[in-house]
Amino acid sequence: MASLKKAIKISQKHLLGIQDLSISDINTILNEAKNFISLNKSKNKKIDILRGKTQINLFFEPSTRTQSSFELAGKRLGADVMSMNIKNSAIKKGETLIDTAMTLNAMHPDIIVIRHQDSGACNLLSQKVNCAVLNAGDGRREHPTQALLDALTIIDRKNTIQGLRIAICGDILHSRVARSNIYLLNMLGAEVNIVAPSNLMPKDIEKLGVNKFTNMKKGLKDCDIVMMLRLQNERMSTSFLSSNREYYEYYGLTPDKLNHAKEDALIMHPGPMNRGIEIDTKLADDINKSVIKEQVELGVAVRMACLKLFCE
Amino acid sequence: MMKKQYFLNAHIIDPKNLIDEIGGLIIDENGKIEAVGKKVNKNNIPSREKYIDLKSKYLFPGIVDMRVFVGEPGYEYKENFRTLSNAALSGGVTSAVTMPNTSPVIDNVSIVDFLKRRGRDKSKINIYPTASLTKNLEGKNMTEFGLLQNKGIIGFTDGIKTIQNTRLMSRIMRSAFDVGSLVMQHAEDYELAENGTVNDGIISTKLGLQGITDLAEKIIIDRDLSLLEDFNCRYHISQISSAKSIELINKRKNEVDFTTGVSINNLSLNENDIGDFRTFLKLSPPLRTEDDRVELIKGINKNLIDVIVSDHKPEDEESKRLTFTQAATGASGIETLLPLSLELFHNGSVKLSKIIELLTSNPAKILKINKGNLSIGNDADFCIVDIYKPWIVKKEKLISKSKNTSIENKKLQGKVLNTFIKGVELFKI
Repeated sequence: MASLKKAIKISQKHLLGIQDLSISDINTILNEAKNFISLNKSKNKKIDILRGKTQINLFFEPSTRTQSSFELAGKRLGADVMSMNIKNSAIKKGETLIDTAMTLNAMHPDIIVIRHQDSGACNLLSQKVNCAVLNAGDGRREHPTQALLDALTIIDRKNTIQGLRIAICGDILHSRVARSNIYLLNMLGAEVNIVAPSNLMPKDIEKLGVNKFTNMKKGLKDCDIVMMLRLQNERMSTSFLSSNREYYEYYGLTPDKLNHAKEDALIMHPGPMNRGIEIDTKLADDINKSVIKEQVELGVAVRMACLKLFCE
Repeated sequence: MMKKQYFLNAHIIDPKNLIDEIGGLIIDENGKIEAVGKKVNKNNIPSREKYIDLKSKYLFPGIVDMRVFVGEPGYEYKENFRTLSNAALSGGVTSAVTMPNTSPVIDNVSIVDFLKRRGRDKSKINIYPTASLTKNLEGKNMTEFGLLQNKGIIGFTDGIKTIQNTRLMSRIMRSAFDVGSLVMQHAEDYELAENGTVNDGIISTKLGLQGITDLAEKIIIDRDLSLLEDFNCRYHISQISSAKSIELINKRKNEVDFTTGVSINNLSLNENDIGDFRTFLKLSPPLRTEDDRVELIKGINKNLIDVIVSDHKPEDEESKRLTFTQAATGASGIETLLPLSLELFHNGSVKLSKIIELLTSNPAKILKINKGNLSIGNDADFCIVDIYKPWIVKKEKLISKSKNTSIENKKLQGKVLNTFIKGVELFKI
């Protein structure tokens, strides 16, 4: 019965990216997640709908919130959760992703959550295993659960996404969060502004149906949501920017720049934050404007929904 | 000594001798061409002789493929001379220019002796080895162009690598000029192309891959053509991929002497074919936009491109079963070079005689070899082709040792029926 329900509910076997989902898939996930918000706030946070299921977390890149969020989500649903420690695994001994996948597949997991530094790694994995694959971030390509939790946070505060003007600002070039959010927010009817210095703006990004700005004040004008991204210095081999100081001056979110957005504009950030580089530290902590903590909280609910819906 | 052979009623295309007609071919007892063309018919051959009626099938000079990677020495598990020859023959290729990117690199006289011997003993097709421009492909010290050439090296290239240093490039051109060597450049500015795997554009943005801008190619070509104004050696751009390069070549064609090649992949495919991270389509130069592809075809028709190559780069399964970023670059393609080129004829993009010119007489002319033609007295290297025969490319049916074709499952029209070298039939379908 459960598997029959699943077949009707979600069109995809794997969650590799927002690009592959339909609007109905997205609404199904978001509605399911809403049910878990209250559960996560209650005293007994554990249910058993995934009892007997095995979830493997395969994180090739360091992660605090996403990995712990997926781990908690699985445990709260009653699944057996195993997080692979890449440092001590055969991958360090030169095993390829496909061989790792085959090995894990032989253990009959029901779901694999993967984060990898290479774009498309989850696609490759999904072709080689029998279970569902959830993408927890692949290179610069997609981070679907982050976009879904962002959407849930916005809906929680603004009731809808339809008709909102949303600015995504900062290191767009290296950001999978930006890409997933562009697809998702566009599908749900928002107008998306992209704000970045030219060196961090991906080629032809406007073809994804967004407005492009290199001037932050113009890009924030009348926005309902200001989504800040982390400057991914670890992915920058050569000089993209002159200095953090100059970046903050032109692209850091400060009260002065935020004034160009709507008065009730909300500030979001997928974390981890570089305070004083992409965002003013007081703004980040301003409980009237910043919903950064709420994002983390709703993240668990969204991942519970995804695990439930994609787990057979 | 072999028996004299007579082929009649073929549609013969021999661009060098301006033949494009129904006619025959006579091969003498030494495997040389005795007569060719419309004057060879049933009425003027001895009546007692047996002949083969080709029933209007096409007959082309053997193809000269100017860019071929063979795994010998060092990567025999990817391709050796024997497997390469068999793959080549099945595609009508009778002469191949091999790249120096082996292990060890072809950069000194002693390794050339080995290579020539292996090529002679194991290869059924004519092998024309190149040597590297710089020692160990490091882009620092020149190799001995003169001495290597005397040993039988046909030209010089760093293969998949580009000379980045402008001063070194100018010196290479001067030395090449002195001894009359052919320099072939793979044009890519490393700084601009750093870590890139696909064309820089909407596809790289969507797939989240580092892009390679078309400027990386144009800047090197522009630089080299500027240097060439002062040091004019025999210079060939190995492959171009973009409309920007065509535009530049169009501007400079009348000012400096140089020639240009293009991979059949860039003429037949575009970046959209990469789809969901298909690593067999990770190529260098990368597949670019449909507009770029169309401009390359126009470039052929405007005589801005001289040669079509297979860019045959065999890679084993293990090198391709990785994420797109980690996967090896290149596709196997020597056996599909002609059939895939014929697609340009079937879809009305390029005239058949033009395609054959870019596959036979033009490369031979650049290389200064007497191949790729059906001139009387020459070795009878040729292929017989049913240009309308439909077939589907299947990985497992490829003859090459490596199966990394860029056109798996593609429907093609045109298949080589027989391939001859020096009058001996070495391939039959």
